[in-house]
Amino acid sequence: MKLHNRRTFIKKSAALGALAASGLLNSAPANSAWLAENFRPGKLDQTLRQLFKDAALNETDKITIKIPQIAENGAVVPITISSSLDAVQRIFILVEKNPVPLAAQFDLSPELLPFVSARIKMAETSDVIVIAQSNGAFYRAKERVKVTIGGCGG
Amino acid sequence: MSSIKIRSKRIDGNTQIRTLIAHPMEHGRNRDPMTNALIPAHFIQELIVKHNDKIVATCTMGASISKDPYFAFLLKGGEPGDKITISWVDNLGGQDVEEHLLK
Repeated sequence: MKLHNRRTFIKKSAALGALAASGLLNSAPANSAWLAENFRPGKLDQTLRQLFKDAALNETDKITIKIPQIAENGAVVPITISSSLDAVQRIFILVEKNPVPLAAQFDLSPELLPFVSARIKMAETSDVIVIAQSNGAFYRAKERVKVTIGGCGG
Repeated sequence: MSSIKIRSKRIDGNTQIRTLIAHPMEHGRNRDPMTNALIPAHFIQELIVKHNDKIVATCTMGASISKDPYFAFLLKGGEPGDKITISWVDNLGGQDVEEHLLK
């Protein structure tokens, strides 16, 4: 009896594993640019380490973040980023206290000005961190946003 | 009907490109209020902006982008008749593409 139970348990767990694997495959289409590791739920520190390894993040005032200081609705927080740094190749938007800290990564070609607007969700009051990559160096700016209704309710 | 709307405007010799995409952007932690079942994650992972068939912006994103995402970019220059193409791919393999000619 005991053996039988264990057999069925093993069978079931194998089936579950297969299901999970196929589910994972479905959720990751042939999409080379999107890296699951970058969008993994976790703490901000872990995401920063994943994205930038040990690269220095220089605090700068050359990145302008336009975002409301008090967001009434965390589900829709408009953000506009512009920068006076030259040759900005990448802009990252991170929200410190969201379950998945990285909101978006923009890879910009030289035909675009260092400017992006988006609308992000914020689970709770936290810092919004913008990191720009320019000539191989990383620059960071942040802005605190107070959220009165969280964005988790959708 | 396409899920993507594109608008462009000349600003000081540059071209502002704005896009609005109809997409639920579910992060997989919301519950259906009726059945209390988890709503599966469904969000755009990659958005590509092309200017005359050359990629000018590749955006990868998570579900922290709001429902019905809005983005704006500033293109240096830009001539009337230039073609802007915006496409997206989501985590379930859905995709859409839309073209827009600068005025």
